[in-house]
Amino acid sequence: MEENFAIDVRGMTKRFGERTVVNDIALQVRAGEIYGFLGPNGSGKTTFIRMLCGLLRADAGSGTVLGFDVIAESEAIKRQVGYMTQRFSFWEDLSIAENLDFVARMYDVKNRAQAVRRSIEQLGLAGRQRQLAGQLSGGWKQRLALAACLIHQPKLLLLDEPTAGVDPKARRDFWEQIHQLAGEGLTFLITTHYMDEAERCHRLAYISYGNLLTHGTVAEVIVHVRLTTWSVRGPGLLGLAAQLRQQPGVQQAVAFGNALHVSGDDAAALEAAIAPFRQAPFEWQRIASGLEDAFIHLMEQSQDNFAPAVAAEPLKK
Amino acid sequence: MKPRQRHPKFSPRRLWGIIVKEFTQMRRDRLTFAMMLGIPLLQLTLFGFAINSDPRHLPAAVLLADQGPQGRTLLYAMQNSTFFDFTRQVRTEVEGRDLLARGQVQFVVNIPENFSRDLLRGDRPAILVEADATDPAATGIALGSLNAVLGGALRNDFKGPLDFLNATASPIDLRVHALYNPESITQFNIVPGLMGVILTMTMIMITGLAITRERERGTMENLLSMPTRPSEVLIGKIVPYILIGYIQVGVILVAARLLFHVPMHGSIPLLLVVALVFIAANLAMGITFSTIAKNQLQAMQMTFFVFLPSILLSGFMFPFRGMPRWAQTVGEFFPLTHFLRIVRGILLKGNGLPDVTRELWPIALFAAVMLTIGVKRYRQTLD
Repeated sequence: MEENFAIDVRGMTKRFGERTVVNDIALQVRAGEIYGFLGPNGSGKTTFIRMLCGLLRADAGSGTVLGFDVIAESEAIKRQVGYMTQRFSFWEDLSIAENLDFVARMYDVKNRAQAVRRSIEQLGLAGRQRQLAGQLSGGWKQRLALAACLIHQPKLLLLDEPTAGVDPKARRDFWEQIHQLAGEGLTFLITTHYMDEAERCHRLAYISYGNLLTHGTVAEVIVHVRLTTWSVRGPGLLGLAAQLRQQPGVQQAVAFGNALHVSGDDAAALEAAIAPFRQAPFEWQRIASGLEDAFIHLMEQSQDNFAPAVAAEPLKK
Repeated sequence: MKPRQRHPKFSPRRLWGIIVKEFTQMRRDRLTFAMMLGIPLLQLTLFGFAINSDPRHLPAAVLLADQGPQGRTLLYAMQNSTFFDFTRQVRTEVEGRDLLARGQVQFVVNIPENFSRDLLRGDRPAILVEADATDPAATGIALGSLNAVLGGALRNDFKGPLDFLNATASPIDLRVHALYNPESITQFNIVPGLMGVILTMTMIMITGLAITRERERGTMENLLSMPTRPSEVLIGKIVPYILIGYIQVGVILVAARLLFHVPMHGSIPLLLVVALVFIAANLAMGITFSTIAKNQLQAMQMTFFVFLPSILLSGFMFPFRGMPRWAQTVGEFFPLTHFLRIVRGILLKGNGLPDVTRELWPIALFAAVMLTIGVKRYRQTLD
């Protein structure tokens, strides 16, 4: 192995009955990296993560997680991986301290009492350790879940939408902590729907209906999508957007504050499409595509490809 | 090539961790905890004090058309037998029928005109007893006692010249020894039986709930993502409830002794050892159910699916030998059936180990089969 990969898997596939939920996905995550895993709801992100930590048996696939065989050595993987579920999954009728103590016991943590105390202090939960987990707010639950995932000092953390339902301040604190831990050598695989969070990751992968559509750094992903974007300012943008959407070559016309972002993957066609509107009172400017433009483009493209098979279409009136 | 999974070893420390967690959760879950103690107390009160399979003091009406002393003597004798309470006097048969139809009396006793005169003449006059026999259990015993009650009642009147009216003695000298419960006290049968019934209900339900709850709340996913072995989880969940089971056994034994004065002829330590096997059988069944049930509601429904037939076919409520052969065969499959024989045998008959063993192995077999199915079906993945 030339490079030190925390996750290095190929061909990961999972079927539920007739439905292929994860289709032949390969993923390489370097040690110490924060890897963002994006995709619409139901795209197979959770299923993929569950396969990595042995919660689901893969139908096909091979590779290693932390140097252990992803299929055959899931028990060994479990000991060194922390998995934070999408929904809060600690015991709501146990207190913060009791939850941490239980998790520490399950992982046979040495100097358990000390580890629990340290974990409570580090996360600033000291004043609340006797509070029942069920009474905590979303932000505190998330802190507790993270503390519990870290108590056995894992080398890899799998976080499934860790910041869903958490306020912006708590989210920022959370990401600061993630970066600090990554600096200490921990590897992260994080699923998210938030663009600002995606941009905080070292590298990204985009998955839709079980297929990996693109991966790389933020810049690489944007380049890979080959999207051209124009920004337009002026009065009556709403009406303009509606008109533009009718034009061939325009794939997106989305309001961003006082401007409208118009994008398409064929630069020439797009330019032809907007030509009639390039006059006063509108001010046009060609801009670099953002990550969100790129992802929405990917999402719509993949919907086109899969629409007949999956109920992804918006409800018809 | 099938790669060999390296399973971590069974860890007593992890097991202890799960037991501690279960106890903490049990302590917090006041409602369930109260139910565990409340159910035995409630059932003891209901079955122990309220239910009587030997009903007495049944309301009766009398249609007395004859004023002679013999008629009255018979009525007093019936009243003294404690089966009948004469609460009404009616003048016509229609009136009597009406009371029966409305359910206000259980019996109407009709002593016809000239009863005393005909009796003394040796004409064998009739007494009509009409009974509301809708529920055979309510009237059967009282009616069965009538012959003996009436036969003995007039013995004092038929002396000297009337001696010929006394029934001739039976050629057989019948002697009945009602063993183990000579006074036919229902509670002596019901209260020990309750121990089995209560353990069946609460033990199946509680383990079923304990595991489906983890799944319903999403904590199972968390538990499975840790290096915990299935055996640790299952045993860790069983042990606290064994303790609960013993608390219930204790409550019932104390109540049986102090409240109902149930005789305890056999060895209580033996009973406690046997109870462990029975508790384990029910807990194992609860675990198997929890691997099938998708949520707590289903686990609850499955519990009652087993609980009802076992309470009906085990011999707890209705005599086991009175059921048709097929029902007895079905009944033999329930651990409760065997445990009832054991607990009644030990307490009332003073049965020892050899008698108990005969009924114990089916329970042990049942426990082993259920636990095997449960552990096999307990999945370590979310598939």
